[in-house]
Parts: sequence; structure tokens; C-alpha cells
Amino acid sequence: MLALLAVMLGVVVVSGVAQALHPPSNVETIDPLTLHLGGEFVESNLGTAQEADGSVTVRLIAEQFGFVPNCVTVPEGTLVRFRVTSPDVIHGLILADTNVNTMVVPGFVAEVRTRFGAVGDYTMPCHEFCGVGHQGMWARVTVIPKDQFSAPPLARTRCVPR
Amino acid sequence: MFRANRLALAHYWVAFGLFLPAVVLGAWQMLMRSPLPAPLDDSNLYYASVTLHGTVMAYVLTTFFVMGFGYAVTASSLGRPIRGMRAAWIGFGICLVGTLMAAATIIAGHATVLYTFYPPLLASTWFYGGVFLLVGGSMIWVVLMIVNMSLWKREHPGAPVPLAMFAITATACLWAWTASGVAVELLGVILPAALGMTRQIDAGLARTLFSVTLHAIVYFWLMPAYIAFYALLPQVAGGRLYSDKMARLVFIMFLVFSLPVGMHHLFADPEHGVGFKFLQTVFTFFVVLPTLLTVFTICASLEIAGRARGGRGVFGWIGALPWREPMMLASGLSFLMLGLGGFGGLINMSYAMNSMIHNTSWVTAHFHLIFGGTVVIMYFAIAYEMWPRLTGRPLRSKTLARWQLWLWFWGMLITTIPWHIAGLLGQPRRVANFDYRIPQVARTAALVDVSVVGGVMLLVSAVLLIFILVRSHFAARSEARREPVPAPIPALHYALAVYPPQRVPAALNGFAVWNVVVLVLVVAAYGYPIGQFFFLKPHSAPAYPVTRP
Repeated sequence: MLALLAVMLGVVVVSGVAQALHPPSNVETIDPLTLHLGGEFVESNLGTAQEADGSVTVRLIAEQFGFVPNCVTVPEGTLVRFRVTSPDVIHGLILADTNVNTMVVPGFVAEVRTRFGAVGDYTMPCHEFCGVGHQGMWARVTVIPKDQFSAPPLARTRCVPR
Repeated sequence: MFRANRLALAHYWVAFGLFLPAVVLGAWQMLMRSPLPAPLDDSNLYYASVTLHGTVMAYVLTTFFVMGFGYAVTASSLGRPIRGMRAAWIGFGICLVGTLMAAATIIAGHATVLYTFYPPLLASTWFYGGVFLLVGGSMIWVVLMIVNMSLWKREHPGAPVPLAMFAITATACLWAWTASGVAVELLGVILPAALGMTRQIDAGLARTLFSVTLHAIVYFWLMPAYIAFYALLPQVAGGRLYSDKMARLVFIMFLVFSLPVGMHHLFADPEHGVGFKFLQTVFTFFVVLPTLLTVFTICASLEIAGRARGGRGVFGWIGALPWREPMMLASGLSFLMLGLGGFGGLINMSYAMNSMIHNTSWVTAHFHLIFGGTVVIMYFAIAYEMWPRLTGRPLRSKTLARWQLWLWFWGMLITTIPWHIAGLLGQPRRVANFDYRIPQVARTAALVDVSVVGGVMLLVSAVLLIFILVRSHFAARSEARREPVPAPIPALHYALAVYPPQRVPAALNGFAVWNVVVLVLVVAAYGYPIGQFFFLKPHSAPAYPVTRP
């Protein structure tokens, strides 16, 4: 029986390390009262940013009852880092068919990483009860071919929601 | 004994009386979130309904059922009146007042925060106060269980405490530890904000405190089912319990391993690092041990019973078991659901795999299968087993009871299997209605439709349960008139072990040392994760009162 448990624990470790399933465990605090005034989550810095190493970072605000921005564009086959926080209550987000699944807790920045294998539209609902408008909190992530993605180093790309 | 019967029945009736409307709400919620048309199509009502459904099922049904079961077990297993009847009725009254306060506040629309609270969302103080009274009142029950066991031990020095009493006292200790998390959350974080003493709420701290309660409470719900497996089922099956000491060890393991594991509900949370998440993953794996031991012990006990009844061959003893008895049938169905739900649980508790299903319908499916299925079907079986003993009237009827149990089983499977699949397809939970025109949502539509059928079956089963209990309790006299000589109702007998223990070590006859072990484990598992919030930079958010829309 102990061997059985050891095997199961082994599966957890291997799947975590080898399949790059990284839940957000970064423990970064942020003051929800002042995050809109300056720093990383000021409105002009939200959206998809190109990093020097070729990866991209998507910064989002989850708030009652929508994501800001509510549509982002990312390149296919590239390391994508989502950094999300909330100025009000607890939210969450999930991208079906990927490993992106995180809670968004006010006071903390949640960071999750993924690599999209296919071009297309992904719907991104809030998956934690955040109030009476919770059911309307859906955003979209559009994955485009790598060669069509271009964000100047200082600009932030968003897409027009359809 | 008559007074203890009334006490137990009062608790059972509150539990099942509120259970039925909560099932009605559940069935309506399933219709709401499906592509099918629903009456009263309103998302505000939906979330209030989820709050009431969750509060009644998770706090009211369970707490009242376990308390009633505890009183019935105390009187019947110790074979003497309960000490502290007055305190027991006072506790019942406090819990009932708390329940009504919380329910009225939810119905009035002032507490739409779901049963898990989700601060910084802030409900009316009356809701939290009600929950606090319900939990607080149940602590009188905890004390009474411990006192009754201790007094019996003092009067029978050296004798092993009857297994059922030992197990229900383990349940009482577990509940006291379990409730500590939500009690500290309410007193330390939520009530100060609800009363206007503070304006901000530390959401991370509140979630972490609630996680202390959130998993251990599942074992508090589960314990009556396990007590029935060990103390009632072998007797009903006509055999003996394979090992008394193994049973004691299992209940001790539940007490010890239930607490330091709650963080597996926070795997997708950003306020905790990988170290403590992994530590609690490991602890969570240990909780599998008592369940595996139970599967072994109960199967061995049933094999003894089956062979004593003339069953032959490798599997022949299974057919020889008395499947027409509700307790036997419910235990079999419960084990099947435990098997299915248990494998799902292994995925939830795995730090990495949890990412695939966290907060999706998979999780809803999992706890409905484990709690609504495995556990609650045993609540039904316990009620059927105890009703004749408590009311003095026969159960009417076992055939109806079997129908009710089968309906519940199939209803639960038809509800939860589609939910599991929808969860894997990324369907988020706790959403009032979906836009099924979105391609990624559209693929779950048929699954949700199928689950509605299961919901209707569960509703029919719940109505049938209440019908059977009411008919057996109140209408039995007129029925009995038709039978000139009603059959005598045998007293409730607990299963004997193959080798009934004459003496057991002190560690298997009490909980003093085990409570110390729990304390050490809780401090090790939660000391830093809770303590860190007092050293992190300012991160509290303003409270968001939910008001009637």
C-alpha cells in the first residue's frame, strides 16, 4: 500500500516537472488600493508585451465583472507568461485545453506560463464566484501565427473584441 | 432511552426537513445553467440559491445529522441514558436559531456570497452570525460526546470503549479541530469587517484559514458513513467485524491526517509557495490510507458474513449477502461511488494535475459523488436502520427504501459523470448561465442536458425519502391496525469483532495523545502559511458588501 502511495506521489512529481504544469506559486504581493496609480498594472501597461528573450508577457486586471483588456493576442509556439491581479474581489481564470488555470486573489499577482500549440480563439471565463455579474465575465485570447505577431518592445497589443 | 430517541429524532428531522428543499434548489440550478428553459430565469436568484443549497447541505444537513447520530450512538452503544440531556437540547436550540438566521438572510438576498464566503465579498452580519451559532452550538455536542465517553471509561476502568462510541468521539474531536479554521476566519477577519470595525479584508489570509476547515469538514461528513460500515454493516450482513483494533486505528488516522491537508484546495492560489503546497500534497496522500484499510477490513468482514450465509467460491459469498436490506444495498452502492469519486480525488490532490480541473465542473462532480453519493446515501441507510428503533414503528417499507436508494445512485451517476467530462472540457463552476453559442461552451451543452435528467432522478429520490420517513414515523399506527400482531422490533445491535477485544492499549482507547499529534501537524503544515500574512507588504482589499439587487 505504501508502494502504491509512493508510485502516485512519483506521478505527481514527474507530471509537475516534466509536463511543466506550474500552478501560480510566486507569492508576490501588490497593494490593491494603489495598483491603478502606477507600476506594472497601470492601464497603459496592460495587454501583451514582447520580452527581450523572445517570450511574451500578458498583463491583465480581473475586476467585477470583466477582464482588462478583455481580448489579447499572443503568438503561437512561444512562451507566454500571464500576470494577473485584482483590485476588488477574488476572481479566477481558465483557458480550456491548456494548462492555464489560476485564482486571482486581490493583494497578490498570479503568474502562470504556457505555450499555445495551435492558432485560434480561446475563451477565458472567470471561474470563481465574484458577485452577481459573475456569469458575464468572459474574455478572449487569440493565438496567431508567430510570424504575424509583432509588438514593438514598448507597445502593448490588444485585439478588438468581436 | 426514550428521551434520547426524541433528541436524536429532532436532529434527524431538521437535517432531512431542510435537505428536501435544498435538493429542489439544486435541481432548479441544474435547469438554469443548462440550454433548456428554466422557470424564474434570474442570475441573482441563482447565486442566492447556490448559497442556500451549499449552506444547507454542507453545514445544516451534516451537522444536525451527525449530532443526532452521535446521541443515538451514545445511548445505544453505552446502553444507558445520555449524560447532559439539558445541555444537548440547548445546543439543538442554538443550532436551530443559527440555521434559521442564516437561511432567512440568504432568502432575503443579503448573503449571496456562497457557503464558502469569498471575502472581500461581504454579506449581512446576520448570515455570519447564524453560521457562527450553528457551529458554536454544535460544540456543546462535541463536549457531550467527550464527557459521555470519559464518564463511561471512569466507571469501567480498563475496559475498551465500545467501537461505535470511540468512533463518534473521534468525530467530535475532528469537528472541533475542523471548525477552528472557519471560526478564526469569522472572528478574526470577516465579522470585524461586517460590523464596520475594519474596512479592509486580507483575502489571502481568509482563504487560508478557511482551507483549514474546507477539507477536514469532508471527513466530519464522512464519519457516520464509516461508523456504519464498521459498527452496523457487518451485523446487518450477518457476520462479524474483521478487526476491532484496525477500526480504531482507522478512526485515529482520520483524526490525525484530515487537518494538515486543506491547502490542496489552494493549489491554484498565488499566495502560497510551492513548498507548503507540496508538503500538504504528501499529507493528503496519507488520508488515502484509512480509506484503503477500510475497503480491506469491510470486504473481509462481508466475506465472513457471506460465507456464514452459505456463499461458496471466490465470488459466491457476494451473492449470498442480504442485498434486500437497505443498509447492505446502500453500503454496496456507496462503495461503488467511493471508488469512482476516489480516483477523481487523487487527481484533485495532485499539485500539478489539479491545474487541468481546478474550479471546473469536475470539482463539483467530484464532491457531489463523494459527499452527495457515498456519504449521503449512508445517511439514508442509517436513518432506515434507526427509524424503527427510534420511533418504535416498523419501516414502511423496505421495498420503497430500495427504490429510493437505487434512484439516488443512478441519479448521482447520471448527474456527475457528464459534469466530470464537462469539467475536463473547461466548463467553469458556479456560473448562473452560459452562452452556448460560444464554440468552446457549445461542446458541453449535451452533457449539461443529460445531467439535468440525473437531477430530476435525485429530486424524485429525495421526495421518496421524506415520504418513507414520514409514513414510518407518523402513519404507522393506522397501518399497524391491519396487522393484528405487529412484529417486534429488535434493538439496535452493533457488530461484534471476530476477536472482541478484552483490553486495548490506552492509545487505542482515547484521544489525548492523538490531539497533541494533530496540534503538532497543524502547526507544522499551517504555521508558516498563516504566519506569513503578518509579515507580507500591505495587500488587503476593501470589503465589498453584497446588497439586495
